[in-house]
Amino acid sequence: MNIVVLVKQVPDSGSERGLAGDNTVERQSANNVINEMDEYAIEEALRIQAAEGGEVTILTMGPERAAESIRKALSMGPDKAVHVIDDALHGSCALSTSKVLAAALGTLNPDLVIAGAESTDGRVQVMPHMIAERLGIAALTGARKLTVDGGTLTIERQTEEGYEVVTAATPAVVSVWDTINEPRYPSFKGIMAAKKKPVQTLALADLGIEAGEVGFAGASSEVVEHAKRPPRQGGQKVADDGNGGAALVEFLSSEKFV
Amino acid sequence: MLNEEHEALRESVREFARDVVAPVIAKHYDDHTFPYDIVAAMGKMGLFGLPFAEEYGGMGGDYFALCLALEEIARVDSSVAITLEAAVSLGAMPIYRFGTEEQKRRWLPPLLSGEALAGFGLTEPGFGSDAGGTATRAVLDGDEWVINGAKAFITNSGTDITSFVTVTAVTGTRPDGGKELSTIIVPSGTPGFTVAPGYSKVGWCASDTHELSFEDVRVPAENLLGERGRGFAQFLRILDEGRIAIAALAVGLSQGCVDESLRYAQERHAFGQPIAGFQAIQFKIADMEKRAHLSRLAYHDAAAEMLAGRDFKRRAAIAKLYATESAVDNAREATQIHGGYGFMNEFPVARFWRDSKILEIGEGTSEIQRLVIARDLGIA
Ligand SMILES: Cc1cc2nc3c(=O)[nH]c(=O)nc-3n(C[C@H](O)[C@H](O)[C@H](O)COP(=O)(O)OP(=O)(O)OC[C@H]3O[C@@H](n4cnc5c(N)ncnc54)[C@H](O)[C@@H]3O)c2cc1C
Ligand SMILES: Cc1cc2nc3c(=O)[nH]c(=O)nc-3n(C[C@H](O)[C@H](O)[C@H](O)COP(=O)(O)OP(=O)(O)OC[C@H]3O[C@@H](n4cnc5c(N)ncnc54)[C@H](O)[C@@H]3O)c2cc1C
Repeated sequence: MNIVVLVKQVPDSGSERGLAGDNTVERQSANNVINEMDEYAIEEALRIQAAEGGEVTILTMGPERAAESIRKALSMGPDKAVHVIDDALHGSCALSTSKVLAAALGTLNPDLVIAGAESTDGRVQVMPHMIAERLGIAALTGARKLTVDGGTLTIERQTEEGYEVVTAATPAVVSVWDTINEPRYPSFKGIMAAKKKPVQTLALADLGIEAGEVGFAGASSEVVEHAKRPPRQGGQKVADDGNGGAALVEFLSSEKFV
Repeated sequence: MLNEEHEALRESVREFARDVVAPVIAKHYDDHTFPYDIVAAMGKMGLFGLPFAEEYGGMGGDYFALCLALEEIARVDSSVAITLEAAVSLGAMPIYRFGTEEQKRRWLPPLLSGEALAGFGLTEPGFGSDAGGTATRAVLDGDEWVINGAKAFITNSGTDITSFVTVTAVTGTRPDGGKELSTIIVPSGTPGFTVAPGYSKVGWCASDTHELSFEDVRVPAENLLGERGRGFAQFLRILDEGRIAIAALAVGLSQGCVDESLRYAQERHAFGQPIAGFQAIQFKIADMEKRAHLSRLAYHDAAAEMLAGRDFKRRAAIAKLYATESAVDNAREATQIHGGYGFMNEFPVARFWRDSKILEIGEGTSEIQRLVIARDLGIA
């Protein structure tokens, strides 16, 4: 099975993050990592490869620094990577990002595309759907479990109440949550091997996309303004002078917890 | 000095220590239980195979890679780090360095994958530093060695997955009248080989340490490791290398003390300001960072000498001595910065404090390191 995993480099959600002057995510100074959910996507691809054979390719659209995350992704075990890199991509909206990724996927002919269900920076949660739509293939999204039976894919789609069972024939896009598996840590052998794995870089011209269709120039939506999240409120202290229990219940009910 | 792969390994192990070790280790420590799950996960990551060739199931890395991994794990917890250190440099390394091809093929693969552990039994109840005092004896009877004696404080010797312990024993008298020492592989479960219940230790509470006794234990003659009579030379080499690894582990502990102190000093308030605002605290932390940094340089330097194939004895002793004494200093200061909370077992620094002291004792005491350095300088 020919599997492509979509991997986005994002600022580490555990450290200080922010937007740059042009309202795009500050990536220059950030401590950048693989989008957490994408590690689960890689793990899932490697497990399917172990059972079914075939090849696993990493696909990333991102600036030069994203190469570090591609190496790290490869050190987990995938065979090769494609890095779409072009200055004109800066400021891309979700629609144009999906256009670029779909075009790159077109050159790779995957049976299965696995993505994270959400990135920790943009968080729009629509990339898998948009790509599937552009490629005219099925989208199985929000999986907590994925089984492959020949050309049939079955997922358990995680919902707030439980899960739904959804099936589709390959080729298809599957997006996964972090409940699906436990990603491996790169071994030293994997790290050494990753150095020698091929990483193909593609520019917009290689994909037949005009610079004006993407980036700020082609954006369908634009972040015009942003503000820091307001600091947390001080909270309310309940002193227990005999009626602490009642005061607590009163607070909880005023917040509609009880 | 770190190349790209070493840096990537360090990062991978750092994440592992943070995500897999940190959340569960305090409970193992309190309960004195051995963290089998963590060992299995380290095995999957290939940490037990780091400095070994791929043909035996190793990762094809070097000893420096092992040291980096030890540092990152010890930054979070020393019981896990010593389990890895002892498994690799005391358990597998003697077989790798001195074993016959057959011994390597038979014993190494499960050790390098972390599915099995092995111990190295040198210390005895009656001697430690004075290794020439070995009283355990092995006598060749037909095609079997018959072993009698006892060993003390042997790491990884009694886990459910321990497959053997390599023991040093007197196998005869040298032409010059001295003891002939050899090392012999004794599989776990061999009749007469008894593992006493684990010690009640001050620190390293989630690591496995036992006293062992041998009563007419019979093992095949081919369990002799390498050449007969080479025991002394063998363990000296093993201990020299091991010192670099212990130094790396000590650096991890020292750095962990800095991490915890930095965090705590900015959160804890006294007299209307975070305690990090007091110069007395700032200087303590500055000194801690200095010691951690210099200790790291010392072990990097010793490892580089060793990997370059040069004589690294003195540098390894210096690294071990400086890094472990620094670790004790850092643990003491980190506890001090934490005030009363530093004396509570639930705080990582309490664990660091309890774990630090053994570093100045195990794999050659500080006094022995000074002796090694003085000897190398030609005055002892
Ligand atoms: C504050 C903010 C607000 C934004 N608002 C909008 C908006 O309103 N409308 C809009 O169109 N855009 C918006 N964007 C931009 C949008 O988030 C980006 O264009 C982004 O490319 C869309 O991806 P995502 O990471 O949000 O996708 P998601 O759908 O959350 O990502 C899901 C998965 O898709 C894959 N993926 C996503 N991006 C890549 C990539 N570059 N390379 C490889 N795989 C990838 C990964 O597997 C990822 O896990 C906003 C960005 C920010 C920072
Ligand atoms: C938790 C733990 C795990 C261990 N794991 C192992 C293991 O896996 N395998 C193993 O073989 N051993 C192991 N040991 C044993 C450890 O290596 C010894 O305890 C150590 O080498 C010191 O030996 P000793 O305890 O006999 O002390 P001694 O040698 O009796 O030393 C007592 C004191 O005298 C000093 N001293 C001794 N000789 C001199 C001298 N010539 N000049 C100056 N001072 C001197 C020492 O420095 C020390 O301060 C372990 C110990 C512990 C506590």
